[in-house]
Amino acid sequence: MLTLVAASVVIFAVLDVLPGNVAEVMLGESATAESLAALQAKLGLDRPPAERYASWMRGLAHGDMGTSHSYDSPVADLVKERALVTVPLAVMAMALTTLIALVLGVYAASHHNRGGDLAVMVGSQLGIALPNFWLGILLSLVFAVQLRWFSAGGFPGWEDSPWDGVRALVLPAVALAAVQAAILARITRSAVLDVLREDFVRTARAKGLTRRQVLWGHVLRNAFVPVLTVMGLQFANLLTGTVVIERVFSLPGLGRLVFEAIANRDLIVVRNVVMLFAGSVIVINFVVDVLYVVIDPRLRRHA
Amino acid sequence: MRFSDRAWRHSSFVIGSLLVGLLLATAALSFVWTPHSPTDIDVPSKLQGPSAAHWLGTDSLGRDIVSLLIAGSQNSIAVGLIAVGIGMGFGVALGLLASARRGWVEELVMRFADFTFAFPALLSAIMLTAIYGPGLVTSVVAIGIFNIPVFARITRAAANGVWSRDYVLASRACGKGAWHITVAHVLPNIASGLIVQATIQFATAILAEAALSYLGLGTQPPQPSWGRMLNEAQSMMFQAPTLAIWPGLAIALSVLGLNLMGDGLRDLLDPKLARQR
Repeated sequence: MLTLVAASVVIFAVLDVLPGNVAEVMLGESATAESLAALQAKLGLDRPPAERYASWMRGLAHGDMGTSHSYDSPVADLVKERALVTVPLAVMAMALTTLIALVLGVYAASHHNRGGDLAVMVGSQLGIALPNFWLGILLSLVFAVQLRWFSAGGFPGWEDSPWDGVRALVLPAVALAAVQAAILARITRSAVLDVLREDFVRTARAKGLTRRQVLWGHVLRNAFVPVLTVMGLQFANLLTGTVVIERVFSLPGLGRLVFEAIANRDLIVVRNVVMLFAGSVIVINFVVDVLYVVIDPRLRRHA
Repeated sequence: MRFSDRAWRHSSFVIGSLLVGLLLATAALSFVWTPHSPTDIDVPSKLQGPSAAHWLGTDSLGRDIVSLLIAGSQNSIAVGLIAVGIGMGFGVALGLLASARRGWVEELVMRFADFTFAFPALLSAIMLTAIYGPGLVTSVVAIGIFNIPVFARITRAAANGVWSRDYVLASRACGKGAWHITVAHVLPNIASGLIVQATIQFATAILAEAALSYLGLGTQPPQPSWGRMLNEAQSMMFQAPTLAIWPGLAIALSVLGLNLMGDGLRDLLDPKLARQR
């Protein structure tokens, strides 16, 4: 909570107080003194910063983000509309990441130091080095331009058919997930390897459980804490990744909204979307901290 | 075994160093020579295929791809160096301070680190761009800011380990102050870990700069940059699909090289860790 407030203060300070004047940025260099004063009054900029900050916060608490001057509509509505693209994309990418990473990581760990392990490790090292937007471009080159299985960009919306919406998000989600999964697979592998060395694993095997039973019953749950930590840290990457990938596939999401807002000098939109991004990173990291205790009861004593 | 002998046997360190060496050599070369000028616009010979004059062809403005790639390496290295420099300079100082003072100072530094983590480079860059406009400086500062908490955390964790050692206790018993102990004992003992982290952050910085330039928030024309080449290539995707391959390959190989070198260094500098894996 404290972190959230601190984040909002910094965002407000950078975008509102530091440069001197939002109205100047909005109107550009050719602004006259009168139009500047008029816009300042309209935006409430003639009030002191503390008061403006308080009214922004009060609005946020009620779900009111102010009015965008370039779209002439409430920022909250714009954000809701764009989130319908960004959130499903992020969720799909996260699900794919987890699936790929767990399967490959567990496979590599259970084939430790054999061919399959080596292949996963080499593959993930290559995956980590790929810029996700380049992967996105390559995917659209192959699957959209050459094979024509998917469209190279754009978003048909959810209204006509949800299936078309999902189809438009498949390539972007794969581009996002591949790089993240490469990192997560390595973490999963080493976490599983660490747990496999524990005494209770030997005990479980000794009492007659098969390798597979031990792996799914004992090892995975114990290996999940470090995996979860990294997933939490990756969330920030995922979020900025969606901003970049939206550009690659020209999807009308929150990332596009922010860039349009920058181009239109619409600082009110920029401020709220940046706050939304920073806020969700903070909240997710908090949730991860709580989840630790749920997954691993041993941590309760320390908490 | 001597360090250099072990290094030569470590395959990922060797491959990584070769790739990094290639990157540095390319950047050095670009100061004195490129096949053509990377900024010369020659529209009549645009989008040519590979030829003796243009080894990888030309882009939509008739610029030579090889020259752009070679010159673009300068940009990546400069951004990496400065961003890691900012992150290391502030981050290591904060981490050492937290570890030497403990108490509320440590608490404050760590809260600050947690907080800065909520602002990935792209987010800071968006804010800075909204005010100051896009540019190389904006992107370098944004990437550098995100590196500060990374180094602060690692430095503190490693330094706390050193502070609990007997030789530090002995040094304190001799009446040495926190400043002396930090410089004489803590820093030398955590240096290898910091070097490893620096190579990895260097790789991350190259990726982040490429992404920012791709989005138009980073390096501005006519300065050649791999990220922006990809942006321009994407708009030519239907006419000249191969344009999108080379800059991405350059980024990926540089990042791969730095990561492999970092992994290798970690194994070589810390044999205890290497055996565990």
